[in-house]
Amino acid sequence: MMKNYDVIVIGAGPAGLAAAISAEKNGASVLLIEREAKLGGILKQCIHDGFGLTRFNEKLSGPEYAYREISKIENTKVDITTLTFVTKIERRGSGFILTLVTRKGIEKLYGSRIILATGCRERTPRQIFIGGTNPAGLMTAGSAQYYINVLGKMPTKKCVILGSGDIGLIMARRITLEGGKVLGVYEVKSTPSGLTRNIVQCLDDFDIPLHLSHTVTKVFGNDRLEAVEIAKVDDKMHPIESTKHIVDCDALIISVGLIPENEIAEQLEVALNSKTKGPFVDQKLMTLVDNVYSCGNSLHVSDLADYVSESGEIAGAFAANKEGNKRILREIEIDSHLMYIVPSHFDFNSSARQVIAYFRSIENYEKATVYVRLDQQVIFKKYYQHLKPPEMERITFEIPPATTYGNIKVSIEVKP
Amino acid sequence: MKKSLTCIVCPNGCRLEIDTLSQQVSGNKCPRGITFAIDELTNPKRSITTTVHTTLLEYPVISVRTDGEIAKDKIRDLLALLKDIAITEYLPINTIIIHNVFGTNINVITTSNMQKGENCV
Repeated sequence: MMKNYDVIVIGAGPAGLAAAISAEKNGASVLLIEREAKLGGILKQCIHDGFGLTRFNEKLSGPEYAYREISKIENTKVDITTLTFVTKIERRGSGFILTLVTRKGIEKLYGSRIILATGCRERTPRQIFIGGTNPAGLMTAGSAQYYINVLGKMPTKKCVILGSGDIGLIMARRITLEGGKVLGVYEVKSTPSGLTRNIVQCLDDFDIPLHLSHTVTKVFGNDRLEAVEIAKVDDKMHPIESTKHIVDCDALIISVGLIPENEIAEQLEVALNSKTKGPFVDQKLMTLVDNVYSCGNSLHVSDLADYVSESGEIAGAFAANKEGNKRILREIEIDSHLMYIVPSHFDFNSSARQVIAYFRSIENYEKATVYVRLDQQVIFKKYYQHLKPPEMERITFEIPPATTYGNIKVSIEVKP
Repeated sequence: MKKSLTCIVCPNGCRLEIDTLSQQVSGNKCPRGITFAIDELTNPKRSITTTVHTTLLEYPVISVRTDGEIAKDKIRDLLALLKDIAITEYLPINTIIIHNVFGTNINVITTSNMQKGENCV
């Protein structure tokens, strides 16, 4: 007989840990699957602090944040399997059969509900089409972080960082603290991608220059990276020929964005949102495929681990207390000032009426008000001094229980 | 004279303005912003996160941090001090490895839970 669980959680980073704990607390039998040897996901290598300010009211490092969550799961009945890969997932009735590869061999088991907590991946040098060679020294910020913080090896003496994402900024500081030289951070856009506080504490504190509207156009070096070619870009982001110049360095570290990891979701034909690259979900974080839930960075890339844990808790609780009703889903409409909102849908046939929503604006706005309207009636509004695309915002609103169907619209309105 | 700052206490990153003479702060959403702005003007401080080496096979390095903020101009000295340290035993998380750094009442603590036989990856 095949082992079976009410809820199977895939991925044991902050989202998966929170999802498993919350599902078990709500009465489900739970299996948590992790492909690495240790629990905690990417937090293990994020040794900088700033984690847990909302969840624990403390400023923790990534490993400490992970340790708190891991300590919680040790007091539950959640089954955990590490060094385990999910190679296949098939529908069987309303549930799923998973094929796992573990140290013991191949195993199949059954889960009534699946929670995808597979995190995200960094965009690689190949995905951004830099010309030239592919030598050692060309790496993502996450790889550099792993070499330095986990393996204790310095991958560079003198480097250039492409992209001003938060991990890139944090690695600029980290490399400097370890005695390496960061020649500059180059960002193709005219505004930084990372949080302002990271520009301040990671670059300004160490006099590392940030060059906006610049990109790397070519990499030189055969075995080892020897130099990069840098160019200013025009307003269409095309490199300007006359500005091209060579910078000698031994590494190019790229921090050009994160993409939710949804290979397993695709096997289940879960519809993905082109804006977030994660699944469309309702307020219970169930995807458009019944009994498949999504949370954390595989749902959409968050700024804070605290939000990732929160979404895991939501998915876990609803996966444990699955409602029998057939869903009546309607997409939450957004106006052109929003990049996206998660959840993207609302299930009107659910007793869950509260919506915890995360959104990003499409550009910078000053003195803006966010409105949520149900059939043209304002049901929520919040004023913001500043809205910026790199900074994810969280709002909560309620859809009245009596409303059996309607149009929910979220908009950002700026006073002229 | 007014000076503009970005608060780094939490991810809100409030944009602060401080009057360099009266030390009057505006733009802060919480009281921590006031303390930050005044410190930044008079004695800028940072918390430090880094790693130290160990002699244990499973852990080439172990992550550590200061349990509070130290003066910015002491960062280099602290890093130099930590370069000379090697951890030789399995320490539980948040063990103090340096007490009272430079007489500041701030300690350096480990931030991972070391366990024998565990793979570092």
